[in-house]
Amino acid sequence: MGPIIPNELISVEWNFVIAILIGMAFGFILESSGFSSSRKLAGVFYGYDFAVLKVFLTACIVALIGLFYMDYLNWIDMSQLYIQPLYLYGAIIGGIIMGVGFLAGGFCPGTSLCAVAIGKIDGIVYTAGLFIGILIFSEMFSFLEPLFEKSNMGHVTMDETLNVSPYWIILIFTVLALLAFFVSDIIRKRVKKVFY
Amino acid sequence: MGLLIIVTFYITGRGLGASGALKSGVVTVVQTVSPDHSENNTYYSKFTNDDTSPLNNWLVYEALGVLLGAFLSGALTGRIKLRTQHSPKITKNRRLVFALIGGILFGFGAQIARGCTSGAALSGISVLATAGFVTMVAIFGTGYLVAYFFRKNWI
Repeated sequence: MGPIIPNELISVEWNFVIAILIGMAFGFILESSGFSSSRKLAGVFYGYDFAVLKVFLTACIVALIGLFYMDYLNWIDMSQLYIQPLYLYGAIIGGIIMGVGFLAGGFCPGTSLCAVAIGKIDGIVYTAGLFIGILIFSEMFSFLEPLFEKSNMGHVTMDETLNVSPYWIILIFTVLALLAFFVSDIIRKRVKKVFY
Repeated sequence: MGLLIIVTFYITGRGLGASGALKSGVVTVVQTVSPDHSENNTYYSKFTNDDTSPLNNWLVYEALGVLLGAFLSGALTGRIKLRTQHSPKITKNRRLVFALIGGILFGFGAQIARGCTSGAALSGISVLATAGFVTMVAIFGTGYLVAYFFRKNWI
């Protein structure tokens, strides 16, 4: 039963080979979806291109339904999967800063790596910015630590936070995503086309 | 993409990531330039130990894979070319200045939130992690709120 590596079903040496292969698949999918273009990525905020929204939400839904179904079939043990801990202030404030950073720079870290790989100079400059941002954070850490460690709510999931069955959350999330696809298509038809 | 996330969780028990590898890069540089400094800083010292380099890390190998995979996709479609992409309404320099500012902010924010769009939002939501939903809403919500101020750069 999965996950494979935490249960030591294959040897650890394979770990890094698998990391490169998974990364390659990730990079290939991002680049072939057109996500090495900052203008395509930014389109989701101006209504001229919703590829980000569609790829992102479809990926979430496929992964959610797939993983929970595999859990139901006893192929994978959901309780062994890594759940990111929720530090409420960090998640919100960090998210706000990333939101502004995205609109200014037009990439997120994964997509900027793809832009670097195909020779986009704006992607290279953005990635250099990422290094500087991480360096600034680390140097200021003693000052930021209270915010970084504030309100640790542990490795919580949505069904625990809202106290409803996870299956209901997946169903509602799927319906909302389909609604978003429908609305985004209407908006895209009304917004002036942007060529890039 | 969704299937890849399932495979990643099935094999490794964790999701995808991107900013983690860059953090390992920063830690390595600081550790090489000034070992004392990295030891005395509580953030760097979380990621260093005496035996192995911080670059010997799953996420670093994954990020190398991302570069290779994207290069392969770009090569197959003939998209590999050294150029700066920007809206015709702005200059190349303006695009690069904003790219730098955006990168700095995003790198900084990703550390506060303990993950970026891939690691926190995409992988988090895939296992219903509340942190993933909160981070996604904060990134996209802020994006729509500030989109007006950056419109000249994009449309």
